[in-house]
Amino acid sequence: MTTIDVILVTAFVLGAMTTVMTARVLRSAVALAATSAILAMLMFRLRSPIAGVFELSVCAGLIPVIFISTIGLTQRLGGEALAARRREKLRLYWALPLVVLLAGSVLLATKLPLDFIPPGPAGGQDVRQILWNLRHIDLIGQILVLGAGAFGVVILVKESKRG
Amino acid sequence: MLGWFVLVPLAAAIVLNLPSADPLRRHGAILTALLALAQVAAVVAVPAGVLSGAEVLAGQLRLNLAVVNLSLVMLLTVGVAAFAAAMVVPAAITDLRDRGNFISVLLVCMAGMNGAVLVTDLFSLYVFLEVTSVASFVLIAFSRRKDALEGAFKYIVLSAVATALMLVSVALLLMVAGGVDYASVAAALRVSGGSAPAKLAMGAFLCGLFIKGGLVPFHGWVLGAYSAAPAPTSVLLAGVVTKVSGVYALIRLATSVFPPSMALNHVLMLVGAVSIVVGALAALGQSDMKRLLAYSSISQVGYIVLGLGCGTPLGVAGAIFHLFNHAVFKSLLFVNSAAVEQRLGTTDMDRLGGLGSRMPVTGVTSVVGILSTAGVPPLAGFWSKLLIVVALWQANHYTYAALAVLFSVVTLGYLLVLQRKVFFGKAADLPGLREAACWVTVPEILLAGLTIAIGLLFPFLNNTFLLQLRGGF
Amino acid sequence: MGSQETQLFLLFALGAALVLIVGFYSLLTTRNLIRVVINMEILSKGVMLLLIAAGNAVDRSALAQAMAITMIIIEVAVVVVAVGVILCVYRHHRSLDTSLLREIKG
Repeated sequence: MTTIDVILVTAFVLGAMTTVMTARVLRSAVALAATSAILAMLMFRLRSPIAGVFELSVCAGLIPVIFISTIGLTQRLGGEALAARRREKLRLYWALPLVVLLAGSVLLATKLPLDFIPPGPAGGQDVRQILWNLRHIDLIGQILVLGAGAFGVVILVKESKRG
Repeated sequence: MLGWFVLVPLAAAIVLNLPSADPLRRHGAILTALLALAQVAAVVAVPAGVLSGAEVLAGQLRLNLAVVNLSLVMLLTVGVAAFAAAMVVPAAITDLRDRGNFISVLLVCMAGMNGAVLVTDLFSLYVFLEVTSVASFVLIAFSRRKDALEGAFKYIVLSAVATALMLVSVALLLMVAGGVDYASVAAALRVSGGSAPAKLAMGAFLCGLFIKGGLVPFHGWVLGAYSAAPAPTSVLLAGVVTKVSGVYALIRLATSVFPPSMALNHVLMLVGAVSIVVGALAALGQSDMKRLLAYSSISQVGYIVLGLGCGTPLGVAGAIFHLFNHAVFKSLLFVNSAAVEQRLGTTDMDRLGGLGSRMPVTGVTSVVGILSTAGVPPLAGFWSKLLIVVALWQANHYTYAALAVLFSVVTLGYLLVLQRKVFFGKAADLPGLREAACWVTVPEILLAGLTIAIGLLFPFLNNTFLLQLRGGF
Repeated sequence: MGSQETQLFLLFALGAALVLIVGFYSLLTTRNLIRVVINMEILSKGVMLLLIAAGNAVDRSALAQAMAITMIIIEVAVVVVAVGVILCVYRHHRSLDTSLLREIKG
């Protein structure tokens, strides 16, 4: 367990908290992208490079872009509302850092007994092999879910003719 | 062979959207209904031996699907509910292009549900439950009315929470079992079931499924989704989506993956009982037809989970039987509400009245649906409730059994109120009051006929259908 | 699982758990619809860390990665639909306050 890991995990948690606690939605979306990037780095540390690349390109790329365009289409706020929102945020979220610290200490103290009999070593398979050769059913599921999402966009976003 | 249940609806959805498929699209609804009927026929007619085992389709796709008796029942259920939903579509959605889009998403939802009941892997289960959910989001929000959007959004959020819980569970089980297919997990849990990560995983997965199934206290999304959604979506949701997402998964896990335990049974029975009570009591106070039916669904799902929690083979068989029956009679009642909504534009019971004289088919089939839901003999609902009550009694859960019987009476109560307010009494002064289009009356008649037939034939079915359910999973 | 690996896993599990707590907390208190979806994403991040860490701990990285990739794809579909719903809500109300969604009382 090296210091890099500890730093990265701390940054991850801080990134999540920032995403949740900033007053401006745009900053929130950017913080989400940053948090995803940190997660991708964690994935590289955890010997999962392919997932890391995916995470980086989609969750730190595509999804924040979607959010930012939505924000662009829907937000129109001046400075006054911003100050009011900052106060609102403070009121709602002041407890969060405390909760996180408390939970962190509690969890650190209770050592979760990993008292199960661990599985044997796997046949060293590669991600690509697994996804393409063994889990076809998941691929079909992905196609279906993307289809549903595509139809969703078509149905929901088109201009309605009736009011 | 099994892969077709997933691939055919997918292919149909693709074909319907090809640029040159206009004539097909015009009849999209009836074609989907026929597809659903074909599914029912396939399950009933093809001997189980043919439909089983992991398989290789065309030498390319290796899909790890397998069927157990429970899956067959679920496929049947999905077919029935999808048929009812598809038949309601032409009446509810008039614009042809919208209709085509709706049907396409409906087909994706069907493929998702079929897949969910056929996979043999916890993660694939999650994948197909998500397919079903995403398709449902779109189907609920379809009309883009304010309340529909709200219902859809609440469902989206709660579904995300449920998903997070299930995936936490999958991660922990991956660690404990080294794999996430049912077989590995079951084997590992037999050995390490008492360890903290395993218990945490099982608890998390259960909570996730309770949310997806709309059980109390996680039922917050059900009301908005069921009542504000367009009519065919309500039919599909009440009939089958919650059953597959929540209840089927519960049954599958409780019977073949998680090790049997008294704690699990007690939790299930408690959650089931609470759902029965809360759903029924809330239904008593409703003045909108669809909302009343939505709460009624929560209550009936409670019965299924209560039977499952009983733990005995009879209880589980009763639960599965009730699941199927519920799909039939609840779809029927929602189809009726669709008929009312289509002709009169409202489902507010205070404004309706005396529709029975002008909408005879809807009125009569509604009576059949109500009696079956309340568990009145000789209809199908009576038998499944009886099985559950008897199972509870035999297992010495006397309070639960009494509760089940008591709330059957309450169920009858609020449903009779619905019938009286909507169909009996003086005819309200509403324009457009005549019987619904044949698209809608056909499923009404078929579903009512089905619930009557199953009820009457039960003594014969007992030996074949139920013994199989009791025997093996 | 050696103790080295156990410690490593526990560190990542802790991080994941904290992020999940952040996500749940924020879902309960958010006032803006877009932020609700962003918070759903935070939940997903936490879960994904847990999954990858668990896979790493038992030498099943390949399987865990395959699952993570599938999860990401599904996440995209959910976000896309959620954003579609949000845009429709905006068209109706010209605002994205979550109190709008309390209109229908259960």
